[in-house]
Amino acid sequence: MKLKLEKINDCSVIFIEEERIDAHNSGELKAYILQLIENGDVNIIVQLENVRFIDSSGLGALLSGHKNAAAKSGKLGLACCKQQVLSMFELTRLNRVFEIYTDLNEAFENEA
Amino acid sequence: MCNSVLQVDVIIPTQTKYLDLIGSIGEHIAKDIDDFSGDREALAYHLNLVLTEATTNAIKHATLTTPKDTVRITIHIQDNELNIKVYDHGQGFDLETVPLPNFEQPKESGMGLYFIRTFMDSVTYTKQDDCNVLEITKYL
Repeated sequence: MKLKLEKINDCSVIFIEEERIDAHNSGELKAYILQLIENGDVNIIVQLENVRFIDSSGLGALLSGHKNAAAKSGKLGLACCKQQVLSMFELTRLNRVFEIYTDLNEAFENEA
Repeated sequence: MCNSVLQVDVIIPTQTKYLDLIGSIGEHIAKDIDDFSGDREALAYHLNLVLTEATTNAIKHATLTTPKDTVRITIHIQDNELNIKVYDHGQGFDLETVPLPNFEQPKESGMGLYFIRTFMDSVTYTKQDDCNVLEITKYL
């Protein structure tokens, strides 16, 4: 899983640098987020601008991160979803679970 | 009417790195289907997703029993009917007992078959002589 981590405004922003999140790389993403949370970085934004495809295992990896961050009084939000990726969250009603921001500016305004 | 016939037959090792290949085949097919009047971009995503989910299931079933197994995927389009078959050599499962996801208390797994059922028109899973076949049909 190609990704980049940046600390911005006390948030850990994970930039996913893959076009697909599927069963081939979602396990790695899930483990990466869990490790981050274990290390105390519980406020996370996953930036999905490059992602044009996500499957059920990808949704599951992000949901796992969301639950684990919440369990430690943190938050995991999403930013910059492409329409078809967003529609997967809507279909599964996970758009009611995650905070989904149009861009990182909106994310920081709300996370602050 | 779509009168042309398309048949794709792919055999892959039971490794998830091939999911991209299989999904991409679905996308390309959606973009190249003759005389399709619906939303081509949506169909491309849905075929990519359905093929990815179905192949993932087959890989998971196979790797539990015979890790060096292969998964065969066929895609057939004729007379406005798109038919996908995914063959696995695992123990199989009962499609009818797979529950709908609980949207009020979402879980990390169990959404794959829901996507297949949502985006396609019929889904069956049958045991044959030496394998199981997940058969998916969509009317175009």
